[in-house]
Amino acid sequence: MAVPNNSSYDDIEAELDFSDIEAKYRVDLDDNLDNLIVVDGAPVIDRPKLEKLIAKISKEFAKKGAPVKPENIFVPWDDSTGKSKGFIFMDLGNADAATHAANAMNGHPFDARHTFYVNKFADIEQFANMDETYVEPKVEEYRPKEHLKAWLADPQGRDQYVTYRGDDVEIHWHGKLSQCEVAYSKKNWTELYVSWSPMGTYFATLFRQGVRLWGGTSWEPQQRFAHPLVKLIDFSPCEQYVVTWSHDPIAVPPNLPQGPEFFSPEDEGNNIAVWDIKSGHLLRTFPTSLLEGEDFATKKQMQWPALKWSLDDKFVARVTPGQQISVYELPSMGLHDKKSIKIEGVVDFEWCPHGDKDRDEAEKAAKSGKTPKKTKENMLAYWTPEVANQPARVTLLEFPSRRILRQKNLFNVTECKLYWQNQGDFLCVKVDRHTKTKKSILCSLEIFRIREKDFPVEVVELKETVTDFSWEPKGERFAIVSSNDPNLGNPAPGITVKTDISFYQLDRGKNDFRLLRTLASRTSNTIRWSPRGRHVVLATVGSSTKSELEFWDLDFNNEDRREGQATEWGSGIQHVGSADHYGVTDVEWDPSGRYLATSASAWRHTLENGYAIWDFRGQVIEKHVLDRFKQFIWRPRPPTLLTKEQQRQIRRNLKEYSRIFDEDDAAEESNVSAELIAHRKRLVDEWNAWRVRCKRDLVDEKRSRGQRVDDDTHAEEKEEIEEWVDEVIEQIEEVAE
Amino acid sequence: MRPILLQGHERSLTQIRFNNEGDLLFSCSKDHVINVWFSHNGERLGTYDGHNGTVWTIDVDSQSKYLVSGAADNTLRLWNVSNGKCLYVWEFPTAVKRVSFSDDDEKVVCITEQRMGHQGAVRVFKINRDGDGTDQPHEPEHMFNPVGSKATVCAFTYKPNLIVTGHESGKVALFDVVSGTEVLNNERAHMDQVTDLQLSLDRTYFITSSKDKTARLHDTKTLRVLKTYSAETPLNSAALTPNKPYILIGGGQEAMQVTTTSLRQGKFETRFWHKIFEEEIGRVKGHFGPINTIAVHPAGTCYASGGEDGFVRVHHFDESYFKAKPYGDLEIED
Repeated sequence: MAVPNNSSYDDIEAELDFSDIEAKYRVDLDDNLDNLIVVDGAPVIDRPKLEKLIAKISKEFAKKGAPVKPENIFVPWDDSTGKSKGFIFMDLGNADAATHAANAMNGHPFDARHTFYVNKFADIEQFANMDETYVEPKVEEYRPKEHLKAWLADPQGRDQYVTYRGDDVEIHWHGKLSQCEVAYSKKNWTELYVSWSPMGTYFATLFRQGVRLWGGTSWEPQQRFAHPLVKLIDFSPCEQYVVTWSHDPIAVPPNLPQGPEFFSPEDEGNNIAVWDIKSGHLLRTFPTSLLEGEDFATKKQMQWPALKWSLDDKFVARVTPGQQISVYELPSMGLHDKKSIKIEGVVDFEWCPHGDKDRDEAEKAAKSGKTPKKTKENMLAYWTPEVANQPARVTLLEFPSRRILRQKNLFNVTECKLYWQNQGDFLCVKVDRHTKTKKSILCSLEIFRIREKDFPVEVVELKETVTDFSWEPKGERFAIVSSNDPNLGNPAPGITVKTDISFYQLDRGKNDFRLLRTLASRTSNTIRWSPRGRHVVLATVGSSTKSELEFWDLDFNNEDRREGQATEWGSGIQHVGSADHYGVTDVEWDPSGRYLATSASAWRHTLENGYAIWDFRGQVIEKHVLDRFKQFIWRPRPPTLLTKEQQRQIRRNLKEYSRIFDEDDAAEESNVSAELIAHRKRLVDEWNAWRVRCKRDLVDEKRSRGQRVDDDTHAEEKEEIEEWVDEVIEQIEEVAE
Repeated sequence: MRPILLQGHERSLTQIRFNNEGDLLFSCSKDHVINVWFSHNGERLGTYDGHNGTVWTIDVDSQSKYLVSGAADNTLRLWNVSNGKCLYVWEFPTAVKRVSFSDDDEKVVCITEQRMGHQGAVRVFKINRDGDGTDQPHEPEHMFNPVGSKATVCAFTYKPNLIVTGHESGKVALFDVVSGTEVLNNERAHMDQVTDLQLSLDRTYFITSSKDKTARLHDTKTLRVLKTYSAETPLNSAALTPNKPYILIGGGQEAMQVTTTSLRQGKFETRFWHKIFEEEIGRVKGHFGPINTIAVHPAGTCYASGGEDGFVRVHHFDESYFKAKPYGDLEIED
């Protein structure tokens, strides 16, 4: 065996270039320097003082929560002068502790003349080695984002809805029967529930770590908000901000990344967080407001949304019950005017919605380019209960001028509820009154007419308890559910409370609200107006025995009324259909007001979970019974971009359009049925072919066994037996005379 | 289609069978009694008394001469159909859960339960058709113990000595009874226990029902699943309708859960599905307990269902049933 000659190896080594391999396998030594920090600005001392200094420094560090052992403090020494160099190295044991110590002790005043400047050792190295030449940052290539409102441009004008079942979240298209399809589906897309933003742009899913927003046609993640254990979420009306709530107070662990998107130590202990959707930045956090003397254990139910947004996203307000309403300005989230509105005893408030009229006016003003004389201000309504000698009060307040517009005193008030009509035309205050003995509860509706001078108030007195109230969207009607059932208020299984449903309408002639019609002795407890008005669905929700849906049309003879003005009061109300969805828990109209979705969620009960879609006449379009079905939500649509004139134009030419649609429908129907027939034909052909093969096999099998093969043509012998039964019922002998 | 209600049992039905001509309907129940009825009017022809335990299963031969029954008293009995006499009794260590005649009436296959340390067994008896029928071989011609999940249902296929079995695990398998070997199986035929298995008239395909809420149509030769019919509740029985491309399925909530669920929740309905298109076409209500067993007249003119409620309901199809062509004119082989 030849012994390799060493010298020859050296030659080879000299020749070969190992630099690439060396670079590849070079051990990175920098890593273990992470637990070192450099403290600058330490006093320059003589040797005898060393021990004292180290003890002092170690004590100072320990005070700030960064204990360091004296033996891990290294003081470099200038031997020429015999003094220390004025900076110190410390080994904190691990990288986290080093980071913490650097943060905590940087800028720490050690004594009057010395202030510590603490850096991580690795950082210093990095800064020292920094390349001084300026390298132009590479411009990131522009990546076009998907249009967040792409679904509105669907050529077939379909709506979307989301379903959450088991672990699966699915986004569906809903249109004509053939156009219904799953647009997107994902497993474990959420851990709690799902939600749409108010105009349908974003889709929110909740995880333990926080909220995530999705959007676009391929449902790319759009934004995330790190709020651990988030439970509730609320969007601002213009989709600029989002509010999250978690039952667990915010905790800021020392290793939490820092930045505008994350909580900082001053947020600790709060529950509510406000975020900016576009940037993802945290704007502000709040504690959950509690009444005095209350704590989490005794508090029955938290009010949600805890923060109420003005309808233009300019302000957000929250009420501290009994004390004040605090209004914050966006986007700074600073308290408006640096002070809250102090209102003794305030219980609840609501912002006035903006109607189409307001929007039009604002647009007109913007177009004409000049600021209108008086920009319409936001308005809010609040109520205060009776305190001492003071009556209960409902107040309309203009904001930001804080001018009180109208105040109304009320007596014997137990509870008030504020209901704005969605155009901001009317405000209804539902007042529960008690009699002197406080035994029975009456109800009255105080209706403020906002669009008129001095805000006239009208009162509708009722003898019964009103359990639900609902304005017709964009309309002058409302519906109430009232009941004087003794079982009301003490729910028991198997008991369905009897209710009456009443419709009221503004009588233009007399200018007051009059009863249109009462539907007596129902079980319905829920009113759902179509978002377009006119149609309304009455549902019995949450009952184990009743689950009726009633579909009503309030302008059934609408066309006639145009011509003959003097129609009978309330004659337009027409029952158009009834349906039943067993165990229904949620009822929701689609944004177009053409379809109604009902769902039975497994969150409430486990009987026949699933969902159904109905048309406005109560005809079922789809029905799915799916176990572990949890949630159904239509995707909301933003307000229309068409002007009033354009809308009128469309309405005028409706017949024209409907012809096109009818043609489409007819074409599609024949198309679908042709497809279906072809599909069935194929199935039958497959089956028949298989049967023929089977029969041949069977014949072969029998032949092989030597059995007689029955001829197919061999007709089965049938023995016809006719049975005649004679029964003598009566025998009469008559003797002919 | 006004049903005839047969009120002859005091406890829940376990199996019902039509004879080859369809004029007689046999029913057995947990009350230890086997009844035979005229199918056209629901009159009771007689009973077969003798079992001392829940009668789990019955089958009648093609000549309506002999009836076999298996019961929880650990016996398999052979009866004379016409006079109700018990001709022979075989005794086993455990209950008999399923019996079935072969297509030539020469053999009977039975499944005995796996219990009390005894293995589940499949036995095949040769039936001596000579004489008065009381002289039967005591020992089974073949016997084997299927390994793995226990068999719940079985039947002879069109090949001699080949039986098809359904198992507790949802498996469907073909066994050669002579060697006792598994010839073919489909482990994933169902996700849960197979509750019923009924063959087509020529035994080339069969339908199974299962607790996994589905019924499935299988090819006897390959055990390939041809069609699947999904219901909302566990299924106890499934049947094929001769001459019409429909299948019938029945089931409902588990018997032990019935008291806690409402009638509408239980889905105690017989459901008609299209055999080829796998679409539900109708439901027949009536029972107020889960449906345990369904049988269809061999000519496809009527069907009967037996429920946990102890009733048998016989439905004769109306004229419209035969005339109706819900899917247009399609020639579908039976």
